[in-house]
Amino acid sequence: MNENLTTPAVETISAPRVSEWRRFLRVFFQRKLVIVGVAVILIWVLMAIFAPLIATHDPFTNNMKEVLQPPSSQHLIGTDNLGRDVFSRLVYGARTALYVGFGTVIVSAIIGMILGLLAGYLGGVVNAIIMRVMDALMGFPMLILALLLAAVLGGGLQNVIIALAIATIPGYTRLMCAETLSVRENEYVMAQRAIGSKSFRTMVRHVFPNAFQPLLVLITTMIGNVILAEAGLSFIGIGIQPPGAAWGSMASAGIRDLGTLPWLCFAPSLAIAVVVFAFNMVGDGLRDALDPKLRGTL
Amino acid sequence: MTTYIIRRVLWGIVVLFIVSLIVFFSLRLIPGDPVTIWAGQQAGSGGGMSEEMLDQLRVKYGLDKPVPIQYLNWVKGIFQGDLGESIRYKDDVGEILKQRLPVTLVLGLVATVISTVLGIFFGLLAAIRRGKWIDTLVTVLSYIGLCIPVFLAAFILMYVFALKLGWLPFIGYELPWNDFGKSLKQGVMPIICLAVTPLAVTARQMRSSVLEVNNMDYVRTAWSKGLRERVVVTRHVLKNSLIPVITLLGISIGIIFGGSVIVEQVFNIPGMGRMLVDGIFQRDYVIIQGGTLVIAFMIVVVNLIVDISYGWFDPRIRYE
Repeated sequence: MNENLTTPAVETISAPRVSEWRRFLRVFFQRKLVIVGVAVILIWVLMAIFAPLIATHDPFTNNMKEVLQPPSSQHLIGTDNLGRDVFSRLVYGARTALYVGFGTVIVSAIIGMILGLLAGYLGGVVNAIIMRVMDALMGFPMLILALLLAAVLGGGLQNVIIALAIATIPGYTRLMCAETLSVRENEYVMAQRAIGSKSFRTMVRHVFPNAFQPLLVLITTMIGNVILAEAGLSFIGIGIQPPGAAWGSMASAGIRDLGTLPWLCFAPSLAIAVVVFAFNMVGDGLRDALDPKLRGTL
Repeated sequence: MTTYIIRRVLWGIVVLFIVSLIVFFSLRLIPGDPVTIWAGQQAGSGGGMSEEMLDQLRVKYGLDKPVPIQYLNWVKGIFQGDLGESIRYKDDVGEILKQRLPVTLVLGLVATVISTVLGIFFGLLAAIRRGKWIDTLVTVLSYIGLCIPVFLAAFILMYVFALKLGWLPFIGYELPWNDFGKSLKQGVMPIICLAVTPLAVTARQMRSSVLEVNNMDYVRTAWSKGLRERVVVTRHVLKNSLIPVITLLGISIGIIFGGSVIVEQVFNIPGMGRMLVDGIFQRDYVIIQGGTLVIAFMIVVVNLIVDISYGWFDPRIRYE
């Protein structure tokens, strides 16, 4: 879950000037795979937004007269065991992944950042409590924690987002806590405190610019991880409930026909892999472009 | 070193305590107690139960007491090696675990060893041949390993080796001490599936770690002393770059346990992962809380060992 977390380099940055933006964009788009990643994400987002226009059939109604059809001009990737058009379900699955990916990351990033800021700023007992709870949450594998929470909350889009958000909070909290602690020790923060500036505001104003870069990288890779975890939940049957279209549940529904109609399994699984791959690429590109010291080493 | 170890162990205990709180109380948020849920499911299959009988069951399982007392009883039971009794199976959770845990552990352990050894090897190889074809290959493969869902790996293997070539059995798993040959054949695909992601993670971390160590002064000194490549790589580079990779062990084991939930589902393997999923579908609290606690316990212990060995290998950490 947090395997990509490297200790963020702490350095103060000034507000990006135009030349810096240019440098950033140049480095960012230097790698061809980053361009591929951005393109994939764009296509995916557009597919999710315009799903009703792109889908050729209703993805939710069963059609028992046309079950398990091979691909044809009518059904681009054939039909599933309930006669639903696989291509259309794939398109609507993009929408589910989009909701889960962005929804989860927004919720968990906000809560995680606030907790981390509080832990680092208040220190002492508050820090100890918050960070021990985070350690405890990290004691679970992400999928198993999400499984436990989904069991408590029940399935469905909203509950899956809540479960995954709670499971991914620790990453942000740790990052923000570390940044806050290191900023707190800086002379300019002490100096501001000395001239009577309200210290919490000072903290927030200094922590965010410092934490911005590693956070951006973390959020990007986290979207990919969350989509992967949601696919796992839906695959098991605990995530998005039928007839909702999720790539994970489509893949698990196709397993009986793996031998004869392999695309029922492979099409949705590949969709997941491609989107997650894109986010990993873009995340790495961002890290390289934002932190010149790491360029090329990872 | 002793204070360091004591501090880490105490932290581990605190974390485990919080883990047990999370597991126990989150499950109590589900509406209806286990007896009601079980009775509801029984009623569905025809066997109605009177309120009196249910109350008797509640007393039997200690569910008539307030939730904090239930928690204390549960914890007390754990210290006596008793994880509670599943109402559904009328069986001790400890007994169920005794059958399920070895399956997951055998597969997971082999996957951990494979992913760690191969990850270190390929990461090192990629880094010392930086920019060459082998580096590109390892980098690309580890990217792919990071982003494919566990079940995609399973589909590919099943499609090729079980369905098309017929070399490996499709589903099921037998423990090696029951039937070694069968176990080996059945184990290949699940183990590969479990190992893919941690292998990719380890290889990536190892590669970047080696590249970092390569820039160190002592490595340049070793080269300029005229040492042979093999000596520089094994004595100087490998040893020092292994330290960050050790930390990954805890993460790898987490990924493997998470993956086992899916792998055991796909290959129909009667292990911990299947047990948890079945427990969730049947809303069997006792099973879920016992299973998750055991998994979290193992991960916390592994992280503890990693932390301690980390301090052992690298004295700088000890005196933080």
